[in-house]
Amino acid sequence: MNKVINDFSIIVGTKNGSGSSTANNTILRAIFKMGIPVSGKNLFPSNIQGLPTWYTIRVSKDGYLGRREINEIVIAINPDSFARDLASVAPGGAFYYADDIKQPITRTDIAIYPMPVKDIIKKDQSIPNDFRDLVGNMVYVGVLAQMIGIDVDKIYAALNFHFKGKQKPIDMNFKAVKAGAEWAMTNLEKKDPFHLEHMDKTEGLIMADGNTAAAIGSIFGGAQFVAWYPITPATSLAEAMNDYFPMLRKREDGKNTYAVVQAEDELAAIGMTVGAGWSGLRALTSTSGPGLSLMTEFVGLAYYAEVPLVVWDIQRIGPSTGLPTRTSQADLTFTSTIGHGDSDSVILLPGDINECFDFGWQSFDIAERLQTPVFVLSDLDMGMNQWMSKPFAYPPTPMDRGKTLTEKDLEELKGNWGRYLDKDDDGIPQRTLPGNKHPMSAYFTRGTGHDEYAKYTEDADTFQRNMLRLKKKFVTAKQYMPKPVVYNHSGAKTAIIAYGSTESAIIEARDQLANDHGIQTDFLRVRALPFSPEVDEFVGKYDQVFVVEMNRDGQLFKLLSLEYPEHVSKLKSVAFGDGMPASAKWIREGILDKFNEVKGVK
Amino acid sequence: MSALPMSGAPANVNLVGLSKADYRGNPTTLCQGCGHNSISNQIIAAMYELNVLPENVVKFSGIGCSSKSPTYFMNRSFGFNSLHGRMPSIATGAMFGDRTLKAIGVSGDGDTASIGMGQFKHVMRRNVNFVYIIENNGVYGLTKGQFSATAELGLALKKQGVNPYMPVDICMEAVISNATFVARSFAGDPKQVKELLKAAFAHKGIAVLDIISPCVTFNNEANAHHSYAWGKDHEEPLHDISYIAPRNEIMLEREMSAGEIREVAMHDGSMIVLKNLEKGYDPTNRFEAIRALEEAQRYNWLTTGLIYINEDKPTLDETYNLVDTPLNRLAEADLRPAPEMIEKVNALMF
Repeated sequence: MNKVINDFSIIVGTKNGSGSSTANNTILRAIFKMGIPVSGKNLFPSNIQGLPTWYTIRVSKDGYLGRREINEIVIAINPDSFARDLASVAPGGAFYYADDIKQPITRTDIAIYPMPVKDIIKKDQSIPNDFRDLVGNMVYVGVLAQMIGIDVDKIYAALNFHFKGKQKPIDMNFKAVKAGAEWAMTNLEKKDPFHLEHMDKTEGLIMADGNTAAAIGSIFGGAQFVAWYPITPATSLAEAMNDYFPMLRKREDGKNTYAVVQAEDELAAIGMTVGAGWSGLRALTSTSGPGLSLMTEFVGLAYYAEVPLVVWDIQRIGPSTGLPTRTSQADLTFTSTIGHGDSDSVILLPGDINECFDFGWQSFDIAERLQTPVFVLSDLDMGMNQWMSKPFAYPPTPMDRGKTLTEKDLEELKGNWGRYLDKDDDGIPQRTLPGNKHPMSAYFTRGTGHDEYAKYTEDADTFQRNMLRLKKKFVTAKQYMPKPVVYNHSGAKTAIIAYGSTESAIIEARDQLANDHGIQTDFLRVRALPFSPEVDEFVGKYDQVFVVEMNRDGQLFKLLSLEYPEHVSKLKSVAFGDGMPASAKWIREGILDKFNEVKGVK
Repeated sequence: MSALPMSGAPANVNLVGLSKADYRGNPTTLCQGCGHNSISNQIIAAMYELNVLPENVVKFSGIGCSSKSPTYFMNRSFGFNSLHGRMPSIATGAMFGDRTLKAIGVSGDGDTASIGMGQFKHVMRRNVNFVYIIENNGVYGLTKGQFSATAELGLALKKQGVNPYMPVDICMEAVISNATFVARSFAGDPKQVKELLKAAFAHKGIAVLDIISPCVTFNNEANAHHSYAWGKDHEEPLHDISYIAPRNEIMLEREMSAGEIREVAMHDGSMIVLKNLEKGYDPTNRFEAIRALEEAQRYNWLTTGLIYINEDKPTLDETYNLVDTPLNRLAEADLRPAPEMIEKVNALMF
């Protein structure tokens, strides 16, 4: 049997709330510490306890981190999903199961490994009864470690990290790992080809989820005010801010330079954020689609009142019940015209963990520079799953606080300024902040009915003048947007445009298209709206451009079509939204489908 | 007239050197005789007499006739006319910017008791340092005379017919929600409005002022509970209220004997003096406050005065242990962690 080394997927089927996430993260982290590129994805139901949940770990020597649709190794711990899990093992794969599950096993094309999880745990009298089920998960970690070659020292390191160095839980769990490994060594005969071997491809990398990265990036951006309301998958962003603020903004006087408020709903969360942004604080809220719907009126007001603030939308499927724990990229068109009346939106589109960090601090600079809400659209897959990443980098530029006038500025201007006056001919006005003691500093904020000096008016000409200035501001905005990321491939006549978390799957799909189908593609990942000029140039260069995204309607495709009507005939939508993270397979097949339509060749 | 003269200040300038004109706003665009205009004037008078710098006040409002009124007082103060029913959240966030400032919010019965009920209740829970005025007239004015949630059962309005619903009692909602200062007044009693405004401004925490403020255009029939005539006939003050600024000594009137006066000490050293206490009302007793409101409902009284006060609860910003410098004046050195912290963070990311 030929060995398959560092190139397969493992899926663990457990019950939600059974404590398996510690075990699964331990496997993920241990493999990462072995230097092998690895990614982990949690597929969980909207439920606290009892429903089936799966955790996928993909090991890829080539560094592909996107979802695969095949699982070579399946670990079945949940009787409720046992039959389905058994059926899902790829031919030639391996099936590990807790042997207290007494269900028929008819497959003969795979290796079958029963594990006496309960018996092994029972033998260890030192484990308190309450912890038996939790620690029991570590038995399959040990069995797997023995069978595929996970370095036990790395497992110890992972447990040490997870339990923050607390010896008692580390020892209890590690003992179970070792018991599982020892049992497997004595009792199981290896009948499958899947093995792990040390590599050096993760050196210097970190492992984090996007929400944590976003929270830390925001703190490095000087975040001062966070208002939020619990909603999956955005909750962990606000919670991470609570976790990291005390450490990162520790002061000798023990006082705080920030506040995090859990609001009564998203209406209040955004209201507080608008209020804080208006008063001069670096303010953010985190939410997901249903919450963003509720925030619409307020962000529309903030657009017209020109209030800087940041909204993180960790996209998911919604509304109401349905698939709230599944990923999506379907809030893009909604966000691009959010608010009633004419509108423009600044939207940042992070594509990996590092960009979640970077856009954490950049979003504040952009919001304050432009005096407008900035939306950062992440998604559940990026926000809640663990990803390998380059380490976070300290912001290379000082904070941009925008055009804010102090008492001294007003003295120099002799109090002569206008809140909505286009003094610099870039559409961006000046502002003052409450607390400014200059007698000419104050102004009255309202929606659209104001003149250049913030005085109330319903005059038609003044209204229109202000609307045109706002439009100009969003032309100015283009220069402040993060530029797209471009992957070139010399001589390619075909291109892919995408955004967000699909990048890893697209990189893999491009390799497959090139290697298996002879199709070379260039790839541009959009990182912001409004589109910067580089996007325009890119679209113009190719015969056909595939727009890949995780939604039904091809939302980026539509926005590009509106922006570049002269290129519409080249644009092809490859949109797919079933709640699962993008896979190279559907991207490749989606492109091949439309590629045939146009060219008639592969 | 204020009971106590300002000591040592020229006749037309207060202790911070400002004339009453420095507290004015734009000319009102509300109807002539509107109760809201009378309240705006009392805000101007109270702020002038309290020697407050307008730059230290921030004005907030929602949407409606009442919410327009912050433009009619204190032009030198920042203001934010926000969304319908959403004044509390805007004020909550904004007041973190500089907590040395004091907020005056003006809302209406539609803005607070209907669309804004949720935010109203939650801003009480949080005890935001904020004077929350409800100019309560029982109708929607700007949309021309629909019933509001505070309209009494059976109220008949021209185009609307008869109101079939029970009214919301804003003061009761406030007390139940643990507001730390709750008062009711009547725009037809400007002296009381002004004294309550001063006391509310001195209060540490949320101060709810439910002021019956008649709508002369849509709801001012003599038998309507939010009319001038009804208010004049039915007002039952719990006491005579005077606000005594910290620097002024309390001068008791000679004829006042013990038991006839109650003093409430404010955290800033000022004092609320309550006189004519034949009802023996104690505004620091929450149980009595609820009883007084229940009685008012039962007997159709317009009970006015300081209904409840608790000076001892921490305000929202106090619970956050914030630095002394206003947050909106902090510079990059205070806000961006030092470069070496990035290594520490990366080390935590496994």
